[in-house]
Amino acid sequence: MKRILEINIGLVYLFLYVPILAVVVFSFNSGEQISVWQGFTLSWYAKLFENAALWRAVRNSLMVAGIATCIATVIGTTAALAIERHRFRFRTALVRSLYLPIIIPDIVLAIALLAFYVQVRIPLGLITVIIAHGVFNIAYVTIVVRARLQGYDSTLEEAARDLGANEWQTFWRVTLPLIAPGIIGGALLAFTLSIDDFVITFFTAGVGYTTLSVHIYSLLKFGITPEINAISTMLLANSIVFILLFLWFQGKSTTTERQDAR
Amino acid sequence: MRRNYHLLILLFPVVFWLVCFFLLPLVSVFIYSFIERGTYGGVRWHFTLENYQRLFDGLYLGILWRSVSTALVCTAVCLLLGYPFAYYLARYRPKHRSILLLLVVVPFWTNFLIRTYAWILILRTEGLMNSLLGGVFPNWSPLELLNTPLAVQIGLVYGYLPFMILPLYAALEQLDMSLLEAAQDLGASPRHAFWHVTVPLSLPGILAGSMLVFIPTVGAFLTPDLLGGGKVSYIGNVIERQFKTARDWPFGSALSFMLMGIVLVGTVLYFRALQGSESES
Repeated sequence: MKRILEINIGLVYLFLYVPILAVVVFSFNSGEQISVWQGFTLSWYAKLFENAALWRAVRNSLMVAGIATCIATVIGTTAALAIERHRFRFRTALVRSLYLPIIIPDIVLAIALLAFYVQVRIPLGLITVIIAHGVFNIAYVTIVVRARLQGYDSTLEEAARDLGANEWQTFWRVTLPLIAPGIIGGALLAFTLSIDDFVITFFTAGVGYTTLSVHIYSLLKFGITPEINAISTMLLANSIVFILLFLWFQGKSTTTERQDAR
Repeated sequence: MRRNYHLLILLFPVVFWLVCFFLLPLVSVFIYSFIERGTYGGVRWHFTLENYQRLFDGLYLGILWRSVSTALVCTAVCLLLGYPFAYYLARYRPKHRSILLLLVVVPFWTNFLIRTYAWILILRTEGLMNSLLGGVFPNWSPLELLNTPLAVQIGLVYGYLPFMILPLYAALEQLDMSLLEAAQDLGASPRHAFWHVTVPLSLPGILAGSMLVFIPTVGAFLTPDLLGGGKVSYIGNVIERQFKTARDWPFGSALSFMLMGIVLVGTVLYFRALQGSESES
């Protein structure tokens, strides 16, 4: 029985990593074919740095993800505070409707926004993509920050108020430092989701505006070259850096908690 | 009064964003689904039910069935691969466990396009799979693996397996081992204890994982588009075509509402099942 479990573990890891490793290995392949090994080269990486269209797409992606993350982090945090620290009439309705952008399929959210933009005559481009990313990012940030707010009780805030702090001081000196790891975690998640998003950007960007995901998609659809292997490897390296960053922040927050407990 | 004022400031941005950029767009698709298509790809403001009647066309019912059955198969395969995996991981030495878990999370944080592309590299006629099989069997004639339903199925399992493993792991890790010991002390065989103690207690994880896999796969657009090569249609691709190339927005809207209906039915079933499992234990 244990044997079968071990074989299954091995197979799942192989299944998860062989495709990714294949891409990394073939990014150093000198042939023109994407999957026939010819010899070692770094020329695809050199080409990548000269590719102006690619860097424009990267810049657009960073801009969309950066702005959408900032907006979503602020709005998601305020929403989480309202939900966790206040009682109001449509609270359950709000909680439920914040899950909806995550539950409904990407493509439905994408075409709904497209239809809406066309109906109210907002020209497609940077702004429409940011608005669209805001919708799902707010939902994710709210969930992450709410989880953090649930993690400690509001007695600390009450204590601060009893000791004479006003609401504003309580928020800046007590609440915000305590939920900061949640906010940062939510922001990192939102940023990653924004950078990775393809479907929603594809529909809401219009023809002229290209993000990295849309650029990669058109490469995949209209002519795969080995350069795509190099782009993929760079992105992979990026996501690993991001995970380590995320874990580092989480590790930091747990160690401060431990210190607090002492 | 002052507290109300605070609450208003906290609530205004989120409510504004949800109403303007989520609720109104859904309403606008809903309206689109009841109007006629215009001659040059536009729309005519004329009420009709035709878009919904067309859904019951044999062609679209077939596509719908393919999407739903592919998503169900994907969920089942992910569960079969993921359950033993999560089970083993949850019992692994805590020291190395976090590294093993991290290795599951890495693909989850990696660009979905890249992960789908990796399978093009493997499955194409000159790809790694055919080279490998050609190396093992000298007389191997390369198979057409890409642009098939099988390629789409593999791509979907690959894309969503971490979504199954993570909630399963969370459920199995919390499992109280003393309950299993108690069952065995009372004479249950390991097999019996597994099916009557472990599985029911991890049911919330099974349900959450199944939801997280089923929902995105039933409406998947990218995987069928890249690995199916547009040769096999799934509901996500048909919706995309109505909006991008066929320019039949009203029909595309009706299709979207049907897809949303399927997903919402799935969600309601999930919460029913979850309540059932909670009241049992």
